Amino acid sequence: MVATDVKLAVRDLNIQYGGQRALSGVSLDVHEHEIFGIIGPAGSGKTSFLRTLNRMEMLQENMTVDGSIVFDGHDISKIQNVYALRRHIGVVFPLPVGLPLSVYDNVALAPRLSGIKDKSALDEIVEQCLMRAALWDEVKDRLDALGSLLSGGQQQRLTIARALSQDPELLLLDEFSIAVDPVTTMRIEDVLKELKEEITIILVTNLVQQARRLADRTAFFLDGQLIEVGETEALFNGEVKDRRTLDYLEGRFG
Amino acid sequence: MTYSEGDVGVSGQSLMFAATPLNTRNRRIQWLFRALFGLMTLILVVPVGIIFGVLLVRGGPAISFEFLFSYPSDGMTAGGIWPALVGTMWLVAVSLIASVPVGVAAAIYLSEYAPDNWLTRGINLAIINLAGVPSIVHALFGVGAFVIFAGFGTSILAASLTLAVMTLPLIIVATRESLQAVPMAFREACWNMGATRWQTIRTVVLPNAISGILTGVILSVSRTAGETAPIMFTGAAFFFPFLPTSVFDQTMAMAMHLFVISTAVPGVPDELKYGTALTLITLVLLMNAASIWFRSYLRGKKKW
Repeated sequence: MVATDVKLAVRDLNIQYGGQRALSGVSLDVHEHEIFGIIGPAGSGKTSFLRTLNRMEMLQENMTVDGSIVFDGHDISKIQNVYALRRHIGVVFPLPVGLPLSVYDNVALAPRLSGIKDKSALDEIVEQCLMRAALWDEVKDRLDALGSLLSGGQQQRLTIARALSQDPELLLLDEFSIAVDPVTTMRIEDVLKELKEEITIILVTNLVQQARRLADRTAFFLDGQLIEVGETEALFNGEVKDRRTLDYLEGRFG
Repeated sequence: MTYSEGDVGVSGQSLMFAATPLNTRNRRIQWLFRALFGLMTLILVVPVGIIFGVLLVRGGPAISFEFLFSYPSDGMTAGGIWPALVGTMWLVAVSLIASVPVGVAAAIYLSEYAPDNWLTRGINLAIINLAGVPSIVHALFGVGAFVIFAGFGTSILAASLTLAVMTLPLIIVATRESLQAVPMAFREACWNMGATRWQTIRTVVLPNAISGILTGVILSVSRTAGETAPIMFTGAAFFFPFLPTSVFDQTMAMAMHLFVISTAVPGVPDELKYGTALTLITLVLLMNAASIWFRSYLRGKKKW
C-alpha cells in the first residue's frame, strides 16, 4: 500500500455516559479516500464513536469525551465553530430520517443553512446530490412530494443525498442498510464505491459481509474497546492479531 | 382430499374454534367495558347538548341584527349587546397579543434549550401550579400588579394582561407538549448538518408543532372570552355605553354583562339573558371552529 494522508486521527478516546464507560482507549487513523469499516456487536461503542466525531456529544447532557480527535489537522475539541465542523461531516443514520419537508427542501436544507439562496445553484445541488444517491430518476417528477412519505429505501437514499448536499469531506454511515431492501442496499453500496474517489467514508455495519465488500480497512470494536484494525481482506483471510476478531468474522460468537 | 359432513377433519376444526369458558368470559368483560366507556362519553355529551339546546330555544328568538349591533337601553333591561361584544373581542385580542408570544417563547426555551436540572423542573412545576390558581386569585393579582402597581387603572390593558397571565400555562403546556411530540431524530438530522438550535427549531420543529400550539391558543381563547372573575375588578365595566377607543379605556364584556344582567339588574327579560349567553357561546364556538379548521388544514400538510 502506498503511504496515504491521514484524514482523521483518533488518540486515546474515552467516552462515558454518566459513570458508564462506552468506549475506552481507542486510537486509530482513517485515511483519505478510503472506506473505513467498523464492525462489532451491539453495544460495542460504534455509534458513540461516530457521535463524537462531529461533536454531537455537546448536545447530549450526560455524555463526556476525552482523548484527541484530529480532523484534517485540526483538533476538533478546540474548534469553536462546531457548526462548520458538522457541515464538513455528513451523517446517515440506521433508520432513514426523511424530514417532513419536500424532497427538494430535504436536499436543499443544508446548502440553504450555509447561506446559498440562488435558486439555480440550489436546483443544481439538489439534482446532483439526488443523482449521486441514485434517487434522481425515481423522484425527479415529484420533488415537491413530502420526503417523509417516500418508501424506506428511497428515504435512506434521500438521507444520503442530504448528507452529500453538505459537500462533506467525511461521510459517516451508521448501519445504513438496516431498513433497506437488498437491491437498494447494493445500489447504495455502488454509490459509496464511487464516492470513495472524492471523499472519505466511515461505515459502521452489522453485516460483516458488507464490510468485506466495501471497506478497505476494518476495525473491530468489542465491549467499548478497539480490538484491532486491519486491511479488510487480510482480516477475512484469517490474518488477525486477536482470536476474537476471527471468531466474530466467522460468526462464532457467544 | 375431500371431507364429508361429520368427518373427523370438520368436527376437529369446529372444536378448534369452539368458545371456551375463558373466551366467553373475556368477551363479556370486553362488552361490559365498551358499554361503560360509551356511557361515560354520553354523560359527557349530554350536558353540552342540553345547555346549547336550552340556550337555542330560549335565547334564539332574542337574536337579531338589532340585538347584536345596538347598545343596551332602559337601564340594560332592553336593547342590545354591541359594546359587550366588541369589548370581549378587544379583551381576547389584547390578551392573545400578550400571552401567545410569551407563552410560545417560554415553551420553546423549556423544551428546546433548557438543561434538565432542578431549576427547569421547578419552573415546570410552577407552570402547572399556575394553571391551578383560581381565577379570582388571578383577578386580585391583576388589581395589585396591573391596575395599581403598573398604573394602568381599570382598563382593557389591565384586564387583558390579567387574562393573559391566567391563560399562559395553557399555552405553555400545549406548546411544550407539541414541541416534544416532534421526533428527536428530526432534530438530530438537522444538528448533524451543522444547523444551530434556532435553525433547527425554525425549519423543522416549529412547522411540525404548529397545530398543537394552535390547540393551546384555541383553549386559551375560549377561557379568555368566558372568564368573568379576572376582568371584574381590572377593566370590565358594569355599564359603559361606548365602544372602547384605546386599551386604556374600560369596556363592557360579554361574560361580565351576562353576570350583571342575571344578578344585579332587576327586571331584565329572560330572553335577553339567554340571548346574551347564546351569543357568547356561539362566539366562542365560532372562534374554536375557525382555529380547528385552520389546524386541520395545517395538519393535512404535516405527515411523517
